[in-house]
Amino acid sequence: MNSLFSLIPLVVFFPLLGMLINIFFGRMLMADENSKAPGVIASLMAGLSFVIAVLMFVALLGEPEGVEVPFMTWFSISAGSRTLSIPWTFKVDTLSSVMMLVVTGVGTLIHIYAIGYMHGDIDEQASKRGLSSDEAFDLKRRRFPRFFAYFNLFLASMLILVTGSNYLVMFVGWELVGLCSYLLIGFWFDDPIVGIYNSMAGRKAFVVNRIGDFGMVMALMLIFWTFGTLQFDDVFARAECMRTASQFECLAVDAAQMVETSPNFSLMFGFGLLQPISFGAITLSFQTVMIAITLLLLLGATGKSAQIPLFVWLPDAMAGPMPVSALIHAATMVTAGIYMITRSNVLYAMAPFSADTVAIIGAATALVAATIAVAQFDIKRVLAYSTISQLGFMIAAVGLGGYVAGIFHLATHAFFKALLFLSAGSVIHGIEHGHHATAHKGHGDHAFDPQDMRNMGGLRKHMPTTIVVYIVGALALAGIPPLAGFWSKDEILLDASKHDPLIYILLTIAAFFTAFYMGRQVWMVFFGQPRTEAAAHAHESPPVMTTPLIILAVLASIGGLMNLPFGRLHFLAEWLRESVAYAHVPAAGEGFSITVAVISTVLALAAIALSYIIYGTKPLQEGQADPLRVAGPLFTFLNRKWYWDEAYEAVFIRPFKCLANWLAFTIDWRFWHDFVHDSVIIQFFDGWAAILSRPVDMGIVDGAVNGIGRLVAGASSRLRRTQTGYVRNYALAVALGVVAIVAYLLIRFFAN
Amino acid sequence: MQLPILESINLMAVLPVLIIAGWACVLLVFDLLIPRSRKHWTAWLALVGLLGAAVALFFQIGHFARLGSEAAFDGMVTVDGFSIFLQVVFVLTAIVGVLLALDYLPRHGIERGEYYVLLLFTTIGMMIMSMAADLIVVFVALELLSIPLYILSGFAGMRETSEEAALKYFLLGAFASSFLVYGIALTYGGTGTTRLTGIAQAVTSDALNLPLTTVGMGLLLVGLGFKVAAVPFHMWTPDVYQGAPTPVTAFMSVGAKAGGFAALIRVLVTAFPAIASEWGTLIAVIAGLTMLLGNIVAISQSNIKRMLAYSSIAHAGYILLAVAAAQRSENASFAIGAVVFYLLAYALTNLGAFTVAIAVERDDGTGTEIDDFAGLGKTRPWMALAMALFMLSLTGMPISGGLVGKVFVFQAALQAVPGDPLLLAVVIIGVLTSVVSAFYYLKVIMVMYMREGEGKAVLPLALKTVLAATAFGTLVLGIIPGPVFQMAQRAMLK
Repeated sequence: MNSLFSLIPLVVFFPLLGMLINIFFGRMLMADENSKAPGVIASLMAGLSFVIAVLMFVALLGEPEGVEVPFMTWFSISAGSRTLSIPWTFKVDTLSSVMMLVVTGVGTLIHIYAIGYMHGDIDEQASKRGLSSDEAFDLKRRRFPRFFAYFNLFLASMLILVTGSNYLVMFVGWELVGLCSYLLIGFWFDDPIVGIYNSMAGRKAFVVNRIGDFGMVMALMLIFWTFGTLQFDDVFARAECMRTASQFECLAVDAAQMVETSPNFSLMFGFGLLQPISFGAITLSFQTVMIAITLLLLLGATGKSAQIPLFVWLPDAMAGPMPVSALIHAATMVTAGIYMITRSNVLYAMAPFSADTVAIIGAATALVAATIAVAQFDIKRVLAYSTISQLGFMIAAVGLGGYVAGIFHLATHAFFKALLFLSAGSVIHGIEHGHHATAHKGHGDHAFDPQDMRNMGGLRKHMPTTIVVYIVGALALAGIPPLAGFWSKDEILLDASKHDPLIYILLTIAAFFTAFYMGRQVWMVFFGQPRTEAAAHAHESPPVMTTPLIILAVLASIGGLMNLPFGRLHFLAEWLRESVAYAHVPAAGEGFSITVAVISTVLALAAIALSYIIYGTKPLQEGQADPLRVAGPLFTFLNRKWYWDEAYEAVFIRPFKCLANWLAFTIDWRFWHDFVHDSVIIQFFDGWAAILSRPVDMGIVDGAVNGIGRLVAGASSRLRRTQTGYVRNYALAVALGVVAIVAYLLIRFFAN
Repeated sequence: MQLPILESINLMAVLPVLIIAGWACVLLVFDLLIPRSRKHWTAWLALVGLLGAAVALFFQIGHFARLGSEAAFDGMVTVDGFSIFLQVVFVLTAIVGVLLALDYLPRHGIERGEYYVLLLFTTIGMMIMSMAADLIVVFVALELLSIPLYILSGFAGMRETSEEAALKYFLLGAFASSFLVYGIALTYGGTGTTRLTGIAQAVTSDALNLPLTTVGMGLLLVGLGFKVAAVPFHMWTPDVYQGAPTPVTAFMSVGAKAGGFAALIRVLVTAFPAIASEWGTLIAVIAGLTMLLGNIVAISQSNIKRMLAYSSIAHAGYILLAVAAAQRSENASFAIGAVVFYLLAYALTNLGAFTVAIAVERDDGTGTEIDDFAGLGKTRPWMALAMALFMLSLTGMPISGGLVGKVFVFQAALQAVPGDPLLLAVVIIGVLTSVVSAFYYLKVIMVMYMREGEGKAVLPLALKTVLAATAFGTLVLGIIPGPVFQMAQRAMLK
C-alpha cells in the first residue's frame, strides 16, 4: 500500500480543524472590519484538503484498485447471533477520489469566493437593519467566522460521506451535510424582513430530507439484516454470492446460529423465486429484498438529490447565501444521491426494476424542472430548477447503468453550476451595491428584490468579467460543444439512446428547455437596457470573487477533457472501472455517436436562437410583462412550478393541519375540556354533590345513622354475640387460601 | 320410537330431577292460590313432589344397578350409581327439610309458600351437582344450589342474625363462585374442553398446558371447598348456621355439603386422575386443618347451632380425608364408597340433631344455647335419648352410623398411605380429633341429663317422625352397615 494513502484522514480533519479554529478563535481573528482571516483559514483548510485529495489521486494511479484505511472502530455491538461492528474506515478508490477532488476543488474555490461575498452580504444585512458601525462590526465578528465554521463543517461532512467504507458512516456524513444545509439555509434567520422565510426554508429542507432519510434508515436495516454487515465490500460480495447460493452459505459465519434461531414456520412473500432471505417469521425472495433495499435507497436519494417527489425543498433552499447555494445546493451535497446509487451499483444491478424506476424518476425530474425554470424570474430560482433538472440527468444516467456518464456529469455540473451560481452572486452583489448607491439618494424602496431578473438588464456594460464567465457557464449548461457540459450530457444522452428511448426523448426535450431558459436568463440579465436604477448603477465584484469565477470558467470550458469519448481519451471510464463494477462500458468506437451529438447541439442552438428571438431582439422594457405570458395558463402553470407545493399543501399539509386542528380544538378542547371536563364531570359532580348533600346526606344517611344508633342501643346484647366477624376478614381468609393453594401447586409443579 | 335428539337428551335418566323441577314450578304458581293461613298445604304438596321423585329414584336404583351409567343431555350429565345414591340422600334431606319447617315457620311467623319452592329448587341443584359431567353443569348446579340457599338463610327477615347470615353467605358465596369460574376458565384454557372426561384426556396427553390446568384445578377446589366448608374457606359457616332459620341450617348443613362433595369427587376423580397426587396432597392437608380447626373451636361454643356448625366443619374434614384417599386409583372405589356412606350417616345424624335443636328453640329464636338443653333428660326422655344417640354418632361411638363412617374413612385413608405417606399423619390427626370431639358432643348429653333445667321443648308430630326416622337410620347404619356400604361402594362412578 502506498504510504500516501495513510494521509487520507487529513482530508476530513483539515476542514474540521478549520471549523474548530473559527468556532473558538473566530472573533479574535476578526481584528477589524475588513479582516478576512476566518475566511482565509477556512479556504486554506479546504485547499489543504484538496491537496490531500490530489495526493490520493496520485497514489491511486499506482494502485487503482483502491485501499481501505482503518482509522478507528466506531462501535461494535453483539446482538444475538450477529455482531454489528462499524469501523470508521476510509475508502480510497477511484470513485471516492473523483468525489473528493470535485468536493475539495470546487469547495476551495467557493470558500475563496465566499470571503468576498460574505463581507458584502454581512454589510448588506447591517444596512438593512440600520446598524451603527460598531454594531455592524459586532455582527460581522459573530457571523463571518460562523459562516466559515459551518462551511468547513460541511466540507468535512461531505468528505466523510464520500470516503466512508460502510453505509453507516456514509449515513453519518449524509445527516451531517443535511445539518449544515439546514444551518446555512437559515443563516440569516434573523433577517428583519425575510428572516422568518429563511428559517422556514431551512426547516422545509430538513423535514423533506427526513422523509428521504427514513428510506435510508430502512434500507440500512434491511441491508444489515440481509447481509449481516454494512461494509460496502462485504455487502456487495455477499449480494453477488446470494444470486446463486443460499443466505446460509453466503453468511457462512452465521449459518449455524441462523438455523438455530430460524422459526419453525416461515411465510414466503414477494416475487422472483431466487434465494429466500429469512427475516424471522417472514421469508422474502432475494429479488424482493433487493428491490426493497434499492427502492428505499432511492427514496433517500430523491430527498438529498432533490428528485421527484421530494425536490420541493431545493428551490426554497436558495434562501441561503449564494456560496451556500453554489457549494451545497448545486455542486456537492445534492449529488450525494448520485454518489450513493453509484456506490450501490451492485445492488441496483440485481434489481432491474429499481434501476428502471431510478431512471424514469431522473428523466421526469429533468424535464419537469427544466420547464419550470423557463418561467421563473428569480435569478437564483432559475438556477435552482436548473440544478434539479441536471440532477435528474445524473439520476437518469445512473439508473440506466451509465454510472460513468452520471459521475462525469456530476463533475462538470459542479464546475459550471458553481460558476453560474457564483456569477449570479456576483450579479446580485453588484445590483445590491447599485441599489444602495441609488437608495441613499432616495430612489430606493425596501420591496426591491435584487434577485428578480426583471429588475436587471444591461449589466454587460457594468460587469465585464461576470458576463463572460456567466456566458461560459450558460453555454456549458446548454450543452454547446466543446464546453464541458456538452461532453457529459452527450454521454448521458448516448447511453439513454442505446438503452431506453423513452428516457432519451425526455432528456432531449429537457436539454432543449435547458438551453432555452439559460438563453432567456442571459438576455434578460445582461442585455438590453437597465430596467432599474440599481441595475444602472451596478458594478463589478472584487477580484476575490472574480478570480474563482475565472478558474471555474476555465474548468467549465475544458472539463470535458477528463472523459473525451474517443479511444484512450476516455479517462474517467477507465478510472471508474476499478470501483464501479456494473458501469456501462461502450465498446471501442461506440463511445460517441455523431447523430446524438448533432441532434442535441442543434436543439440547443435552436433553443438559444429562440430565446434570442423572444428576449434578445426586443429586450424587456421596464415594467413590461414577460413575452411568454402569451402562453397564458401554461406560463402560469410553469411559473407556479406545476403547483407541486400547492398539491403537497392540499394533499398532505392541509389534511394534516385539519386533523391537527380537529384533534386540538374539537377533540382536545371542545370535547375533552369543554364537554367532558366542564359539562360531564364537573356538572355531574356538582349535581351529585347537590343530591348527596341534601336529600341523601341529611335525609338518608343521617336518618340511617340515627336509626342504626337506636338499633344498636336496643339490640346490643344480642348483636354482640352474632356479629362475630367481618365479611372482609372471611374473604381475606379465602383469598389467602387461594394464594396458598395456587402457590403450592405451582411450586410443586415447577419443582419437578 | 324416540327421536334421536330425545335419545341424546335422555330425559328418563334425569326423571327425578324433572319431577321436582316441574313440581316446583307448578307449586310456585299454585302457592298464589293458597290462602295465607293455609300455607302448610304448600308444604304437603312439596312433600308429594319429593315423594314422587323418591318413587322415580326407587325404580332407577334397580335400573342403574343393572346398567351402570347413562349419559344425558349429550354427555353433559352422567347418571350412575353414585348420583342415584346421592340423589336419595338429597331427596331424603329435602323431605326432612319440609317436615322440619312445617311447624317451625308458623311458630316463628315466617310461614311463606316460597320456602318450600326454594327448597325444591336448591334440591334440584344438589341433584344435578351429583350427576354433572361437565364443568359448566357443575357451575350451573352450584349456583342453582346456592342462590335459593342465600334466600332461605335470610328467610327469617325480621331477625338481624338471619339477614346478616344471608348477606354474608351471599357475599362469600359469590366470592368463592368467582374462583370456581376462574378455575373453569383456566382449565378450559389449559385443556380446550369443559367436559370432565375430555379434560382427563387432555391432561394426560398434553403436558404443555399442565401448569394452567393444575392451577385451574386448584381454583375449582377453592370454589367447592367453600361449599363443603373446608378450612380456610369455612369462616362463613358458624355465622350462617347460627343466623339462618334452623330448618334451613339443618337442610344446608347436610344437603349443600353433600352437593359440594358430590361435585368435588366427580371433578377430581373423573377429570384430574393424572394429577391425583397434586390434589391428593392438597386435600389431605386441607382435611387435616379442617378436622383440627373444626373440632378444637367447637369445644368453646355455647350455642348449639354454632357448635353444630363447627361440628359440620370437622366432619367435612373427615370426608375430605376419604376424598384424599381416592387419589390412589385402585383405592378409589373404596374411598368413594366411604365418602358416600359417611355422607349418608352424617346426614341422618345431623338432621336428627338439628331436629332436637328445633324442638328446643323458642318462638323468638332464642333457646339455642346448649344450656337450654338442661333438664330435657327428664321432661323429654325419648328425645333426649335420640339426641344422645346423635351426639354419640357424631363422636364416633359404637352402634352408630358415625362410627362406621369414620372407620371406613380411616380405612380408605390407610389403604392409600402407600401412595401418599402424608395421609398417615392426617389419619392420626383424624383419630385424635375425634377423641377431642367427644368433649363438646358429650357436653350436650351431660347438660341434658345431669343439669337441672326447665327442659322445655315443642315436639309436634312431624318432628317426632323425623326424630324417629333419623335415629332409626343412624342405628341401622351402625349395626348393619354392610348392605348400605355395598351399595355405596357399587355407587362408584362408572
